[in-house]
Amino acid sequence: MCGIVGLYLKNPDLRDRLGAFFSPMLEQMTDRGPDSAGVAIYRDQASDDDAKVTLYDPDPDFDWDAVAGAASSDLNITITAERVSSHAILRAPVDAGALRRWIETNRPGLRIMSSGNILEIYKEVGLPADVLARFGVPQATGSHAVGHTRMATESAVTTEGAHPFNTGDDLCLVHNGSLSNHHRLRDWLRDQAGIAFQTDNDSEVAAGYLTWRLGQGATIAEALEAAIADLDGFYTFAVGTRDGFSVLRDPIACKPAVMAETDDWVAMASEFRSLAQLPSVDDATVWEPEPATVYSWGRA
Amino acid sequence: MTDSKPDSASFPPRVISEIQRAAREGIYDIRGAGAKRHVPSFDDLVFLGASMSRYPLEGYRERCDTNVVIGARHASKPIELDIPITIAGMSFGAIGANAKQALGLAATAMGTSTTTGDGGMTPEEREASKTLIYQYLPSRYGMTPDQLRQADAIEVVVGQGAKPGGGGMLLGQKITDRVAEMRTLPAGIDQRSACRHPDWTGPDDLEIKIRELREITNWEKPIYVKVGATRTRYDVMLAVKAGADAVVVDGMQGGTAATQHIFIEDVGIPTLPAVRLAVEALKELDMHRKVQLIVSGGIRTGGDVAKALALGADAVSIGMAALMALNCNAPLYEEDYAALGTHPGACDRCHTGRCPVGIATQDPELEARLDPEEGARRVRNYLSTLTMECQTLARACGKSHVHNLEPEDMVALTVEAAAMAKVPLAGTDWIPGSS
Amino acid sequence: MTVIDLAQTDVRELNRTLQMAESGSFEVRHPGGAHALAAGLTRPVDVTIDGHAGYYCAGMNQEGIVTVSGNVGTGVAENMMSGTVRVRGDASQSAGATAHGGLLVIEGNTSARCGISLKGGDIVVGGSVGHMAAFMAQAGRLVVLGDAGADLGDSLYEAQIYVRGTVASLGADCEEKEMTASHQEELAALLEQAGAIADAAAFRRYESGRNLYHFNIDNAGSY
Repeated sequence: MCGIVGLYLKNPDLRDRLGAFFSPMLEQMTDRGPDSAGVAIYRDQASDDDAKVTLYDPDPDFDWDAVAGAASSDLNITITAERVSSHAILRAPVDAGALRRWIETNRPGLRIMSSGNILEIYKEVGLPADVLARFGVPQATGSHAVGHTRMATESAVTTEGAHPFNTGDDLCLVHNGSLSNHHRLRDWLRDQAGIAFQTDNDSEVAAGYLTWRLGQGATIAEALEAAIADLDGFYTFAVGTRDGFSVLRDPIACKPAVMAETDDWVAMASEFRSLAQLPSVDDATVWEPEPATVYSWGRA
Repeated sequence: MTDSKPDSASFPPRVISEIQRAAREGIYDIRGAGAKRHVPSFDDLVFLGASMSRYPLEGYRERCDTNVVIGARHASKPIELDIPITIAGMSFGAIGANAKQALGLAATAMGTSTTTGDGGMTPEEREASKTLIYQYLPSRYGMTPDQLRQADAIEVVVGQGAKPGGGGMLLGQKITDRVAEMRTLPAGIDQRSACRHPDWTGPDDLEIKIRELREITNWEKPIYVKVGATRTRYDVMLAVKAGADAVVVDGMQGGTAATQHIFIEDVGIPTLPAVRLAVEALKELDMHRKVQLIVSGGIRTGGDVAKALALGADAVSIGMAALMALNCNAPLYEEDYAALGTHPGACDRCHTGRCPVGIATQDPELEARLDPEEGARRVRNYLSTLTMECQTLARACGKSHVHNLEPEDMVALTVEAAAMAKVPLAGTDWIPGSS
Repeated sequence: MTVIDLAQTDVRELNRTLQMAESGSFEVRHPGGAHALAAGLTRPVDVTIDGHAGYYCAGMNQEGIVTVSGNVGTGVAENMMSGTVRVRGDASQSAGATAHGGLLVIEGNTSARCGISLKGGDIVVGGSVGHMAAFMAQAGRLVVLGDAGADLGDSLYEAQIYVRGTVASLGADCEEKEMTASHQEELAALLEQAGAIADAAAFRRYESGRNLYHFNIDNAGSY
């Protein structure tokens, strides 16, 4: 079980302090999820078709430049690598899918944490405060972020098993709850829809489901609507997209969720205390999302 | 001419009879007791007593201690027990006041605890039991903060072995005025019970609930979390992460006074693998012996007690066996068993409220058949026997404290038991699935 | 009036102070959504929480008079035995869950399962309630000035429900019943006690159909 948080900064003047606002939100959820934590940050959008891929390897001396070099050579472009603790960001003037495919083929041992144009995902085992510090999240800038603290229920406490999960470009999902039909759904998505899974985690199946729906031409709202019928179990989802984020609760709605909004920002969290430090929260509209209802915010 | 063809294994007479009962009544069969089918159990494990490489303790002057402390992790007043055998949660309503009192008196005499059940705490039980664990259930029947504070520990019930994922059940014939008042129900109706807690779902919210319970009881009392054995490894880890001081794991053989037969038989795993899974989970979190493990579900003899402890449990809990010590299924009042369509040794008719020996009933005439003092003496004798049997086996393995029993003191007689308990098949080094 | 600032002290200290007080008035500042605030009170102390509270605010309240100026999380006044709890904002799930007595007033809205398993006690909601309100409610009263969500009073026992606005749907065995003069009088007294301005005559009354009181195969669809 877990804590989830999301923050979208409507006011561009606040975006240099995204991490400063976001980090305390996630730390408040430590009791709900002491095992591991993860953050998806939307920032520094690469120009139109350029790829940004976040990768993970536990070896502190891993040679990311060598990977960038080999990929540059094979794809005949210039790819740069930037290490961020146990992760690295590869930037390339090529479609994200192409870079992803190269990595999957040529470096299958590397874990792809995220791919797209703007999204960066960092996740690790350990207390949220420690995870945030090692990836420099408190200093981060950007438009929006989604995060998660984990108390593992049925799958292992591993770096890969932490949320957010990314199965499609710039898309990420965090989940509080427990699905009950994910094993068969995972098999179907893998065998019939060609979605690749890295873990045995139910939340990754939900992310894969959304990716499949989006690939079929659905909007994120339509994909989430379809999820109400196709996913069984208890969930509050926060989904990060290129342009903003969405929230969905299952029809029974036992897992918590609270939202708050001002002219400057909109935020969600599993418990109000995550929102309590946000600027002007005392003047915010605070409400609880209805069950089986998709909520979305962001640039149109 | 005799029929030489055997009964069908798929459709023996009892299955045919059940199908025809369903065709008449159109509803599931409700009964008491635990899973009746044969499952791998402690019967399939034996101890390797002392011989040339290990030496036994003398039975009289060489101590074999049995005490255990439950719940020191956060509570300022942990539970100290003289013996590692407690009385499991059973509701007033399912059983009568005399039975509750008898169990309390016996537990007090033996230096152990009893546990309330669905419906709350009776004054008789609080008075009779020196150490009383208070169950905090999904129904919250009879739950008051005063009772919470009067208890010595709190057991948050997520489920029980007879019906993991199910709620309590008490039929109208047992909902007397007194029971009805305690549970805030109209007398004589069939009680429906919630299967989930009303104000929390999941270990992340349980963590907040446990904190609230501590705030309300001044952080004094140990908080136990009880689960029916299913995904035991995850459940025990999550209970620890949610802040439990002790975990109670109840295997599928665990009893009930009223549940659907199919639920009892087809849901849950046996106690044998559940113990092992629970201990592995605690060890993985480095919490073995720091968060105590109490195991229940078909504990019958001191041998069962010793085996559960040897696998790593800190204590066991008995339910049905304690009632049998009170004369459940004793050959008395045999006409009354017959009137229920059963006989001593096979009775599971607790749900009817017509218990021939006055235990699982609210009828005063039937209850009068159970004298609390006499019943207490029988349960005390039984608890003493369990303790002595456990000590005998522990001494034979060279242990001066029953907690020093370990898995390596045992071997299994069947492949299933070897795999479930992760002890070698006797005469081999083989643990199926492990080596 | 004693002021306790949660920016300076912790919840445990707050609750110890409140629980040990025989009487008096307390104001709690910077609650910041903390959990179990003013839980376990046993005497008629007056507590005002200035802001938003988390889960189980005034949990298991006995005699205490607790007012929250903001919103509350799950389980406000859960298992309350007596006393009064007033929330000026909104309440999350399971407001007043399993309460045996006392009065809970939510001036705003509640989300799902308001009054779940109620065992006595009164809940008055100025706004609307979410789905499964009064689920398995056994005794006591739930009054809703706004609307009620789906499955109102599912599996109801003897609790009484009054709703002024619309009801999205009724739960299993929950039925609309006649509002007699005596019901209106009783409701009017409760509204006044709660400080709710509303005409009792504008409410409709809901009660158990009592069809699920004994297991019967004909009701299998309701279980």
